[in-house]
Amino acid sequence: MKRGGVEVRSFGYFLQLRTGVFSRSMVPAFFAVLCIIGVVVAKLDLNYLINEIFTRLGRNTFLVLSLLIPVVAGLGLNFGIVIGAMAGQIALVIVTHYRIEGLTGLAVAMLIALPLAVLFGWLTGLVLNKAKGREMVTGMILGFFANGLYQLIFLVLVGTVIPMNNPTLLLPSGIGIRNTVDLIGVANALDRALDGIWDGLIMFDLGPIPVGPWRIPLGTWLVTGLLCGGISFLMKTRLGQQMRAVGEDGHIASVAGIPVNRIRITAIVYSTVLAAWGQLIFLQNIGTLNTYNSHEQIGMFSIAALLVGGASTRKAGIGNAILGVFLFHTLFVVSPLAGQAVFGIPQIGEYFRVFLAYGVIAVALVLHAWQNRLPAKG
Amino acid sequence: MSESAVLELIGITKDYYGVTVLKGIDLKVKPREIHGIIGENGAGKSTLMNILFGMSVIHETGGFQGEIRIDGEPVVIDSPARAMELGIGMVHQEFMLLPGFSIAENIKLNREITCSNVISRVMGKSMETLDFKAMRQDARSALDHLSINIDETLPVAGLPVGYMQFVEIAREIDKKNLRVMVFDEPSAVLTESEAGLLLEAMRRLSEKGIAILFITHRLDEVMAVAHSISILRDGQLVARMERDQARIDKIAEWMVGRKVERSVLAKRPVAEDEAEDVILEIHDLSVEMPGEVVHRFDLKLRRGEILGIGGLAGHGKIGVANGIMGLYPARGSVFKDGLPVSLNNPRQALLSGMAMVSEDRRRVGLWMDESIEMNISFTAMQVQGKFLWPGPLERLRREDRTAMREHALTMIKDLDIRCTGPQQIVRHLSGGNQQKVCLARALTMKPDILWASEPTRGIDIGAKQLILDYLVRCSREGGMTIVMTSSELGELRRICDRIVIMYEGRISGILPPDASDMEFGMMMAGKYQSGKGVGIDGMA
Ligand SMILES: Nc1ncnc2c1ncn2[C@@H]1O[C@H](COP(=O)(O)OP(=O)(O)OP(=O)(O)O)[C@@H](O)[C@H]1O
Ligand SMILES: [Mg+2]
Repeated sequence: MKRGGVEVRSFGYFLQLRTGVFSRSMVPAFFAVLCIIGVVVAKLDLNYLINEIFTRLGRNTFLVLSLLIPVVAGLGLNFGIVIGAMAGQIALVIVTHYRIEGLTGLAVAMLIALPLAVLFGWLTGLVLNKAKGREMVTGMILGFFANGLYQLIFLVLVGTVIPMNNPTLLLPSGIGIRNTVDLIGVANALDRALDGIWDGLIMFDLGPIPVGPWRIPLGTWLVTGLLCGGISFLMKTRLGQQMRAVGEDGHIASVAGIPVNRIRITAIVYSTVLAAWGQLIFLQNIGTLNTYNSHEQIGMFSIAALLVGGASTRKAGIGNAILGVFLFHTLFVVSPLAGQAVFGIPQIGEYFRVFLAYGVIAVALVLHAWQNRLPAKG
Repeated sequence: MSESAVLELIGITKDYYGVTVLKGIDLKVKPREIHGIIGENGAGKSTLMNILFGMSVIHETGGFQGEIRIDGEPVVIDSPARAMELGIGMVHQEFMLLPGFSIAENIKLNREITCSNVISRVMGKSMETLDFKAMRQDARSALDHLSINIDETLPVAGLPVGYMQFVEIAREIDKKNLRVMVFDEPSAVLTESEAGLLLEAMRRLSEKGIAILFITHRLDEVMAVAHSISILRDGQLVARMERDQARIDKIAEWMVGRKVERSVLAKRPVAEDEAEDVILEIHDLSVEMPGEVVHRFDLKLRRGEILGIGGLAGHGKIGVANGIMGLYPARGSVFKDGLPVSLNNPRQALLSGMAMVSEDRRRVGLWMDESIEMNISFTAMQVQGKFLWPGPLERLRREDRTAMREHALTMIKDLDIRCTGPQQIVRHLSGGNQQKVCLARALTMKPDILWASEPTRGIDIGAKQLILDYLVRCSREGGMTIVMTSSELGELRRICDRIVIMYEGRISGILPPDASDMEFGMMMAGKYQSGKGVGIDGMA
């Protein structure tokens, strides 16, 4: 940065002046337009789309919400939620092994995931406090590192060091967990938890127009709603205020006597626990665990969804999370179909979507870097 | 006074990277005492206060030697939190305010008023909900205490520095367990009457039994409130005296270590006629700077003059420069040498040959973690292509380090920037020296018009003389036109050819520097109206 510094800086200056123009709502607006175009060219059945969106809002929103607290506390996008997701998956494997099923199974999994996630979050927080200003990259690398350990445990140690005898879970060799684990026991346990009251099915005819069938995963929506309430509540508490202060300016916060490092760790712990639970919710909806992939995917996709919802690395709210999940998943559903309709190849739409998802993350990170380096105005 | 000291500093010694900046300082204050601390820029005043407040810079740079005693008991102050527990409050030289928080939230930061709720009963105090109403009330009463009328729900970002200063002070006086209170240059951006309010507030605090340490470069303020005075020079305590033995000229001598003469600059013959040479014509300028709104400002700036803009905080004097330089939204028309200058575009403003010294050096003026030389030459390099090797593609030219270095060295000498060298990073300079770097940066642009907002903020009396002289020389010899905004009327009267006084966002009148105090006073209070249609409506 020293040598060719001049040019880099003037480019940053340029970006800086322009960030005002590319106001926050530009990104969601752009994606909304894409979604609409996609829906139109794919001639998509709206009832199908809406049903998908209802399901996916339940599936993913909790996870995306788990990203909010670290943003508020100034830690940026928590790429470390991958680690939380691993805690969730470990818990799921355990309850599956012991055949604890249904809502009880899910609840037990949450309880098992809790201490694991607290521990992982605390460790992550310790590391991130040593890497102030580079939290996001550090979090990402920590995720890779943790993934290595996770694989070591699940591929090598289970069945050897950790005794386990369960042919449905283990690979045929008896060592290591299978690539995919069927989660029959807990599948849709939360989504359908309120079926006793109402199964969430909406289907009627509005004159000549058929509406539905849409199914609302009621239990999951309820829990997600509770989390939204919880986060808003947290932001109104003393702890929330301290997090905001640390996020605004750690130095000033510490001069005001706020224990900055502790608050940062707390934020990461909360986020990791929520991510673990979020992953449980995600997987109970999907119904199968991709032992070595599920957690890897959710990190990037949740972060992309939040950004698509108009969040930045410094500012993100519940609205961004929900809008983001909505847009991102609409695109998810629409793009292969649009690819098929326009080019005859569904993969093109798929590539396009992945390209956009990573593109959004890249742009957000670049902007973040500039904003951190530059004084307010020249 | 037989009372025993509440605070004692004994043999405080501190070095930064091998440079000793404090050498065996002893200091004692009693309850109810206001103790003035004065010294040149870089003498070590803020460092001493940072030690007292347990600031992290001190501990990250190897701590200090010596002892701090409170009520005669040795204490270890390893963090601001600890200092606060011990009843020490501090108004920092650089504001410690969170821009995104409201004034009330800043005042109550980490001392929020909370109510318990179901969850907090289980999970502990940190889950208690904030009682914004009570917080606002507290903030309100602290601000009222200082006679400041500003809406406490406004965010701090974008407040004019004068208000930020008062918010900072309000935060400290809102603390209930205060025993010792440090004011590190609280009055640098305040006008005389505002500083008066501040001094009054300090007296009231001290009457409540609080010991006060007061750092300022305005000696008359020290003389007005202090009971005793310590003088630092180059990190050493050179004198301590009671108020009744102190005399301003003596203090100044102690500070600088030599006699200070007030050079009087030759006045320029005024009396230009109407066929004057106008360099900048401002017509109908309105600026939306929160707290410093400007309404329909009209002015013709004469080539080569030094124009002062004065007025109380909140009346728009700061808004003019910020509006024209594009830092805050502005409307109206501005012509430089007959050509229109586009507003709301900092780069265009710079390209048209104007430069600015911002009153807010921290946020707008400086790049705190870059070297002095980089700070000085950066804008000129970016905007004017100075200090670059020649090359075909302008955007790809490399910086000319030697030229930068040479220029930085001249500036360091001319403005007497006290530093270890042009490569020292700006964060490591004392407040006053950072201000000089800001000024050097603007001067490097060699602008036709220099907008200097509070150019001598936080600068000691010796250096101030030097800088004012330098500005006058730029104007007389270099033909630079200077518009200087200052809350210190005295300095405006010393170098300006004419002085505009702002009231409620409008021009209240224009006075020659030798007009009477009465006239200035009346005009600032909006009671004296000259010229055309100056209204006092608008502005809440
Ligand atoms: N963080 C730092 N690292 C290195 N040197 C520093 C640091 N802070 C201050 N200094 C040096 O310590 C000396 C004293 O600085 P200090 O800020 O205490 O001066 P001051 O008396 O407050 O001056 P001013 O009136 O300009 O505010 C200066 O020479 C300064 O360069
Ligand atoms: Mg200082």
